[in-house]
Amino acid sequence: METLIDIVLLSFLVLTALAVAKMHDLFAVVMLSGIYSLLSASLFLDLDAVDVAFTEASVGAGISTLLFLASLKLVGRYEKRTRYRPMLALGVVLATGTLLIYGTLDMPHFGSPDTPVHQHVAPRYLNDSMAEIGVPNVVTSVLASYRGYDTLGETLVIFTAGIGVTSLLRVSRRTKREEQQRVPADMQQQIILRVVAKWMLPLIMVFALYVQFHGDYGPGGGFQAGVIFAAGVILYTMLYGLSTTQKVFPRKMLELFAALGVLLYGGVGITCLLLGGNFLDYNVLRHDPVHGQHLGILLVELGVGITVASVMIMIFFKFTWRTVKHKYFVK
Amino acid sequence: MIELLLDMLSWVLLLSGSFFCLTGGIGLMRFPEFFSRIHAASLTDTLGASLILMGLMLQAGITITLAKLIMILILSLIAGTTASHAMAKAALKSGMCPLDQVDRSQQPEIKAYKDKS
Repeated sequence: METLIDIVLLSFLVLTALAVAKMHDLFAVVMLSGIYSLLSASLFLDLDAVDVAFTEASVGAGISTLLFLASLKLVGRYEKRTRYRPMLALGVVLATGTLLIYGTLDMPHFGSPDTPVHQHVAPRYLNDSMAEIGVPNVVTSVLASYRGYDTLGETLVIFTAGIGVTSLLRVSRRTKREEQQRVPADMQQQIILRVVAKWMLPLIMVFALYVQFHGDYGPGGGFQAGVIFAAGVILYTMLYGLSTTQKVFPRKMLELFAALGVLLYGGVGITCLLLGGNFLDYNVLRHDPVHGQHLGILLVELGVGITVASVMIMIFFKFTWRTVKHKYFVK
Repeated sequence: MIELLLDMLSWVLLLSGSFFCLTGGIGLMRFPEFFSRIHAASLTDTLGASLILMGLMLQAGITITLAKLIMILILSLIAGTTASHAMAKAALKSGMCPLDQVDRSQQPEIKAYKDKS
């Protein structure tokens, strides 16, 4: 039965990918890539990787579809036809592909049980995580503690993306004045949506906090929580207007918080160093190593959540501000 | 006895829910224009999903799973209908008109709505 579900999901994935490659209607491409993410989330769920499925559903199908749509509003719906010679690109792709496949020949057979990963690392994590870290969700202990460096890198990637978008879509001094003015949202007249959103928003926020702080025990963590929180804010922005939301989340504050999250993560690492441990070795944070791990993971996940949420909101604000500016201020 | 009855009832609910999901899918493919398609699609996530959820509730018994399923039911009922409403309204706003009412699009109230938005 499980194999059957896998086969169906995988063939859907292939079909969606082919459709994405063939289409020129970018709106449909965005929708299809959302479907692609949802399908892969189901596939991960089928493989019992609940955390990964959760991340894929919230990041891939949720917020990136939203951000794509927001940027689509700026660039237009249809892909421009470009005249180019595909032969050179095809040659490069074929050569790289051949090299990559040649490289995989040295790797252990796919899924074979005697690969190094299944010999040393995985059993260690699965057997000793409860005694060493004391967190029931092994994924969280691997992500935030054993592989803390990697997660710091991922958080930095998101922070860098935020900086990149901010510096590309810089706000000039003249537009700063315009930014203060009140501008109605596009969906201002959608009364039913506004009522339902008002009812749902607190639930979304509470759910985000639950995902953030329950990540030690169930699927979830900083990445998912930050994205869900940002989705709630984005929903509010779409219905009540950019200027209303910016009263609660000013641009300066978002930039500050994006940096603050990374700083919190790095700061925990430095604190560990100062207390005599290794970088990101949370054992030294408290007298009891397991309590130290708990505190460290909590702080680190909080840092990830803050950075992810602020960067996502920031990017959405930037895109929306462009749209608003072209609609109301550029003559 | 009661258990058998509950089981049968739950299977009836599950199967009828699946039936509505299936008809929703077929309708989405076969109906001629947007508004009837959206009708079929919204059938999937109101009637289909709620019947399946109710069937699962009967399977779950009085546990924490039941509470979770009830929450999912409430959420999907509200979110699904709202999404369908938003889509239909967006379509109307962007100038689409139900197929059997194309000639009505010149009528004053629809025209006034379009001009306003």
